[in-house]
Amino acid sequence: MSAAAPEAAAPDLEVRSVVKRFTDHVAVDALSFSVRRGSFFSILGPSGCGKTTLLRMIAGFIQPDDGDIVIGGRSMSGVAPNRRPVNMVFQQLALFPMMSVGENVAFGLARRGVARAERLRRAEAMLERVSLSGAGHKRVDELSGGQRQRVAIARSLVLEPTLLLLDEPLGALDLKLREHMKIELKQLQAAFGTTFVYITHDQSEALVLSDHVAVMNRGRFEQVGTPQELYYAPATAFVAGFVGANNRIAGTVTAVDGPIAELVTGDGWSIRARCSRPLATGAAVEAFVRPEVAMLARVAGELPAGQTVHVGIVESLLFDGANSAVLLRERQSRFEFRIALPQTGRFADLKVAEQIFFSFDPERAVCFAAAGDHG
Amino acid sequence: MVDTPAGGAWKGRLMLGLMLAPAVLWLFALIVLPHVDLALLSFRERLAPRQYGASLAQYRTFFGEPLYWHVFVRTAVMSAIATALTLLFAFPVAWTIAKLTRGRTSALLFVVCLIPFWVSETVRTLGWMILLRESGVLPQLLAHLGVTDVPVELLYHDATILVGLVYTSLLFMVVPLVNSFESLDNSLIEAAYDLGGNAGSILREIVIPHATPGITAGCIVVFMLTLGNYLTPNLLGGKNSQWFTEQIYTQFITRFNWEQGAAFGFLLLALSTAMVWVGLKASGQRFGDVMRRA
Amino acid sequence: MKIGRLLLLMLGLTLGGASQADDAKKLRIITWSDYVPAEVAAQFKAETGIQVELTLSNNEEMISKLRATGGAGFDLAQPSQDRIAGAQQEFRIYKPIDLGKVKLEQFVPELIDIVKKNASIDGKLYALPYVWGAEGLVVNSKKAKIADYGDLCKPEFKGKTAVRLKRPTLMAFALASGKDPFALYGDIKGYTALMEEVGRTLSTCKANFRFFYDNKDQLLNGVRSGEIVAAMMWDSGAWRLNRENPDIRFINPKSGAIAWMDTYVLPARGKNDAAAYAWINFTMRPDIAAKIAKAVGNFSASKGAEQLMEPRLKEQFKESFPDGFRNVKWYPAIPAGLEEIEGRILDRIKAAN
Repeated sequence: MSAAAPEAAAPDLEVRSVVKRFTDHVAVDALSFSVRRGSFFSILGPSGCGKTTLLRMIAGFIQPDDGDIVIGGRSMSGVAPNRRPVNMVFQQLALFPMMSVGENVAFGLARRGVARAERLRRAEAMLERVSLSGAGHKRVDELSGGQRQRVAIARSLVLEPTLLLLDEPLGALDLKLREHMKIELKQLQAAFGTTFVYITHDQSEALVLSDHVAVMNRGRFEQVGTPQELYYAPATAFVAGFVGANNRIAGTVTAVDGPIAELVTGDGWSIRARCSRPLATGAAVEAFVRPEVAMLARVAGELPAGQTVHVGIVESLLFDGANSAVLLRERQSRFEFRIALPQTGRFADLKVAEQIFFSFDPERAVCFAAAGDHG
Repeated sequence: MVDTPAGGAWKGRLMLGLMLAPAVLWLFALIVLPHVDLALLSFRERLAPRQYGASLAQYRTFFGEPLYWHVFVRTAVMSAIATALTLLFAFPVAWTIAKLTRGRTSALLFVVCLIPFWVSETVRTLGWMILLRESGVLPQLLAHLGVTDVPVELLYHDATILVGLVYTSLLFMVVPLVNSFESLDNSLIEAAYDLGGNAGSILREIVIPHATPGITAGCIVVFMLTLGNYLTPNLLGGKNSQWFTEQIYTQFITRFNWEQGAAFGFLLLALSTAMVWVGLKASGQRFGDVMRRA
Repeated sequence: MKIGRLLLLMLGLTLGGASQADDAKKLRIITWSDYVPAEVAAQFKAETGIQVELTLSNNEEMISKLRATGGAGFDLAQPSQDRIAGAQQEFRIYKPIDLGKVKLEQFVPELIDIVKKNASIDGKLYALPYVWGAEGLVVNSKKAKIADYGDLCKPEFKGKTAVRLKRPTLMAFALASGKDPFALYGDIKGYTALMEEVGRTLSTCKANFRFFYDNKDQLLNGVRSGEIVAAMMWDSGAWRLNRENPDIRFINPKSGAIAWMDTYVLPARGKNDAAAYAWINFTMRPDIAAKIAKAVGNFSASKGAEQLMEPRLKEQFKESFPDGFRNVKWYPAIPAGLEEIEGRILDRIKAAN
């Protein structure tokens, strides 16, 4: 490689056309991307999408069949995991039960030949930064789930890696602690400024934590973007379906009006949505409408002018505080549709089987050519 | 009529007692009583035909006769060496079974370790003798290949005894080690590797500390088996075997000197207890924990 | 104590494979291998209906097993004549022979005299002769020339000879040193000194012994394969080898072969004495005794058997003992306590380097 001067925003991680095949399938399919220094990058995908394989290739536990991984400007091909400037936080954390908390944190330093006194000092300083000062002598099993999480991160960060990989580290925690740890992780990353690559199947974790998220499916990235882009402008039907809650409506295009197409479902319900590509009449499509995009009204006239008014029957009420929603069925087609209840509490008195009007802005309903088996 | 809780508890205890009774009786009749009998035997001396008196003569003989001392210490040292060698050989085998293979391959490897135990110890040892004797397969082969000028006697050496003992003990070391290794989470090894560890430091810092109870259990079992082995050292060591169990057998059977034999038996028991205790102390383990792993 | 005995009894039963059933139609014998040919046992069953149950053993084990059970577990045992009086005085494991139930006229009278001398206590006889022979040297004449026990220690036979680590070896080497151990049986001090001297000789000689054999087959195989060129052995085994390979010969050593005699004894708590006496009378019948002698390869104590002996065996005897029985020593009864002295010496030889 030529000795190009490193740019200020040089990527810490560059993945170049990496391929990994297993006997019966391709786990990672010619994938390329880069992660900017100091950013929090998430790879979001369902289980079996290849994200774990990708992460283990970055860590060095698996060798790619093709392509190259460059970390901090250095190609990692042929570099063993213990020689990479990368550390990993494991799904089950993998703290060493035979060692104290302090010894866990000092483990990597000892491997680098740091003198005992110095590594104890640095371990203690690191524990202090993750608010665990004085816990160095404790046994691992004396810590709470959240504290262990912090030890696992401290154990890696004390080595000042270029890149920290996190393999669904919150998966084992209960919901409440998970919510708490999300915030803590984000704060830790901000405080240390280390580049984080985080894999998860939980879209909420990915959206809350990340600067950038890659949505992965079948060994490829469907879309890479900020959480907002993914949410509001999904590039594919898969992203639209995977990120956030969504009403998915499959149908056939009956009319095209610029970017807006009119489509009708198999049961004859007709809606309008903005399509990502120009589509011809008769094309099979999938439209997605987010629950918070649709509006409810007891009187049809209260709905914004110019939007198609639909009539629904209340099927059930899903109370979940700020995330409460109503599940209704379109009157004629019996199509199931979910709409978020406004925070104002205006529709708190809805009853099951009640008839109600709803509409949505077709500009905010997205549609894609139906995913055939060719993708 | 409903049982009172107290009545229920009493019945529960009775049931437990009844269930334990056979085991307790068995232990008492077959282990405690004979040992008491042997202890009494070891503290008496033959004065005249059919006349015996209390005495420490048997123990004095042991300490006064360098020959017995020599054999005693030799048995302990050889057993310790055999145990260490068994650990050395069993470690990679157990690691392969527990970590590097799975399913059928792993089961197959285990069976390979088990195969020697399908035949009796006698047959196994005689098999070694056929292989190693001067007119046997291996010396003939070595001579044929020109490694040695003439077939050499491979039997009746200390090394031969050790080979036989290690072979006989391997399974008893492999089983607790496999258990230990299987309970070791692979991600711990990966994490250590990821944090800069290499094979040596991972073995030293992660694998061995994790497997210590299993290693200790295996070593205790193998050491006891080896110390108490009679057939293998006797047959493979021949005239030079000098195993302490042979002394006990000789005293009981050939010399009709039950008193001396009983004293020797107790000394061997004391030795094995002492070595186990030292082993536990050295590895910082508790006996109960270790035996659960065995 | 009693429980301990009981357990040893159980052990003995397990080892011996003896049956627990005290059937009157069953005779439990503990004896040496080859001493009860299957053909003879079958004929006995046909004639009397009594089934013979065999346990194979040697002198020490026979005595130890009977000691452990106080003389129970077997109806008939066959120890050597010199091992009876001492064991009986010490452990009370035998019962006297009722001469009224034995056809004494079937026995060779000289052999009866020997047991009367060596196996009587307080005027009661405890043993009857069964077979006898002599222990001397077996030599592969193609590979070695030897004349006496001491020749086994010649430097050229390093690793090529064998002896048992047992008392007959001590006796043989004592004789070879020119002393008479049997004359010192009553003199503990003299006997100890002699044994210590023999112990030193054998320790020095240890490198010459490939192994100390403790069963016949081990030695037979060693001699057959040529790994052993000369060894201490009893006549029958050597003659058997001689039939396979004429180069292998049994010789009467210069200091004399040591004659042994195995006997019939009744264990103190044997349950079927009637069957035991029936067996004794049956096996001393000349036709039966000859069959046994042929199977064992030794001479029977039955008076009429000699005429029926295999000619081959007679020839072998003549070749090995050209002077007849003139240079042969009989074991006297071992006084109690001697074996402890010998034991210490044997242990030392075993441990010598």
